[in-house]
Amino acid sequence: MDEISKAVRDYVMREYVSEGDDQEITETTPLISSGLVDSFSMVSLLRFLEKKYAIHIPDAAATPEAFDTVERIVALVRRFQKVEVGGV
Amino acid sequence: MRAPPSYQELAANFDWNVAERELGYRPGDPINVGWMCSDRICQLGLANRLALLWEDYQGKEKRFTYDDIRILSNTIAQFLCEQGIRPGERVCLFLDRVPELYIGFLGILKMGAVAQPLFSAFGDESLLVRLADAGTSAILTQKKHLYKVRKIRDQLPNLQQIIVVDADATLLREREIAFAMEQAPRVEHFSVYPTTAESPSVLHYTSGTTGQPKGAQHVHYSIIAQYLTAKWVLNLQPEDIYWCNADPGWVTGTSYGIVGPWSNGITQVVLDSGFNASRWYEFIEKYRVTVWYSAPTAIRLLMKEGAEIARKHDLSSLRHLASVGEPLNPEAVLWSEEVFGKPFHDTFWQTETGCIVISNFPGMPIKPGSMGKPFPGITATVLDPKTYEPVNRAGVAGLIALRPGWPSQIRGYWNNQAGFQAKFKNGWYLCGDRASIDPDGYFWFMGRDDDVINTGGHLVGPFEVESALLGCPAVAESAAVAKPDPINMEVVKAYVTLKGGFQPSGDLELEIMNNIRKRLSPLAMPQEIEFVDSLPKTRSGKIVRRILRCKEFNEPVGDLSTVMED
Repeated sequence: MDEISKAVRDYVMREYVSEGDDQEITETTPLISSGLVDSFSMVSLLRFLEKKYAIHIPDAAATPEAFDTVERIVALVRRFQKVEVGGV
Repeated sequence: MRAPPSYQELAANFDWNVAERELGYRPGDPINVGWMCSDRICQLGLANRLALLWEDYQGKEKRFTYDDIRILSNTIAQFLCEQGIRPGERVCLFLDRVPELYIGFLGILKMGAVAQPLFSAFGDESLLVRLADAGTSAILTQKKHLYKVRKIRDQLPNLQQIIVVDADATLLREREIAFAMEQAPRVEHFSVYPTTAESPSVLHYTSGTTGQPKGAQHVHYSIIAQYLTAKWVLNLQPEDIYWCNADPGWVTGTSYGIVGPWSNGITQVVLDSGFNASRWYEFIEKYRVTVWYSAPTAIRLLMKEGAEIARKHDLSSLRHLASVGEPLNPEAVLWSEEVFGKPFHDTFWQTETGCIVISNFPGMPIKPGSMGKPFPGITATVLDPKTYEPVNRAGVAGLIALRPGWPSQIRGYWNNQAGFQAKFKNGWYLCGDRASIDPDGYFWFMGRDDDVINTGGHLVGPFEVESALLGCPAVAESAAVAKPDPINMEVVKAYVTLKGGFQPSGDLELEIMNNIRKRLSPLAMPQEIEFVDSLPKTRSGKIVRRILRCKEFNEPVGDLSTVMED
């Protein structure tokens, strides 16, 4: 598990999994479509990613589909890291 | 085949006794929503018709016939009686969209108690305020939400029983009891409590500008309006497969996610999952959904995901589409015509009305962006905000007002009759929204008339958010206002001053956001926090939200002289 993946997973575990819940979060666990993270809460996850990785994810890219698993979130972060580096 | 009656035909000589007759209710007789939605349907010869097709996000499916929901609601009612719960007491449903929520609702009503559904994403503070105000006697919940109940149970002296629908008894503590609905001995016969028209049925909490949320008290007679509006406005017909997206933690989820379809003997489908465009379309395709009652926020999310996803699915079963929660923008109506081949029909109502009061009625020409016209039997107008007299001029904005007296109007706010009386002016009930009426009688929504934030169709009270913000260690003062949002219409924005020793930062903003999300709910979480040196105040020190709200909406503040003198 790489650094981004671990950071996202840890954040999701800490912020969204209930204290009494034995839910496991893997790279492919559905987050939005399962209801674990709703579209309102997604904003705090977005803010976390933008702050931690110093990137900007535009509204059009911040879709429930793109945030549905740790794997997809990592891909999204990488995509916008490249944009930032490339200066586009 | 005779064409269905038009809006004009139905509105002419309308009387609510149309619904009384169809439901077999005679004024003065007992009337019980739980019985009406289960036993009565079985007596009509529909015992084997599917009442509920339920699926979770992993695709696990459960099916319940009307006879199943009759027996299982008996089973829950009997169990509650055995726990010492008495008629009139409040029983909270704090559950995800699991079958126990829907069937438990009927069971609570059958034994004469008052159902108090609460959104399962509420944090412990939101839960505490609502349970304490209602003096709730019992709560049905799931293992995953138990930790929130445990945090507050000692502050709730009236709470006798915490009933956990999916727990192993060995995990439970004092006053907690396991109840597995489908494994419990089935109760074939239960003596339904003889509630009458004015007996309290449901207590839904809703937010206002001031103070904590208010418990809107519904009565069993409300079924008269919910039955008929579901049949006429949602256009329900006997063979329909109906999907309502709303969570029964909110009024749409009970009025039209339980009572409306089941009093009509309709098969409804429930998807206990979060949002996913592909998954939703698959669900419609799989169950051949014919009538879909959704919300503008969901529709706009579907639009954002694109039409191509929709076109991969066979959605030809859809016959009628409707929407509720906040105004449906014209683009969404046009998009739905393009993608589904039919428009979403916007409807307007609120917790206090209990039923749809203004709508784009089936068969009536839709004006995209309009709320439509009053339901037959509902007298609606817009009032001048100073005189509270009807405006009577097309296109002029006023306060949306209704003549009191329709069956599902709430009978009061729990412990707060003064707050309820304040909603009436000049013999009209004020909805708290502004609109205009065009020359054809169509209503056009213009916005709230108060500081309540309508986010994704849910009302959030600024006072509740501000109180919670003050509970954050860094926050000295706070103001919560609406901010425009392309998906949710409005979201919560907080203006905050900090205590000495704290500095604005991205970390602090995220910490405050998550703090509010966990204590109140994701809906109440500010989506943006602006740190400021001071907040605008009146001479007496009251924070003037209006200035901040106008700033967000880029609107002129107007004359503040009287406000600032407050």
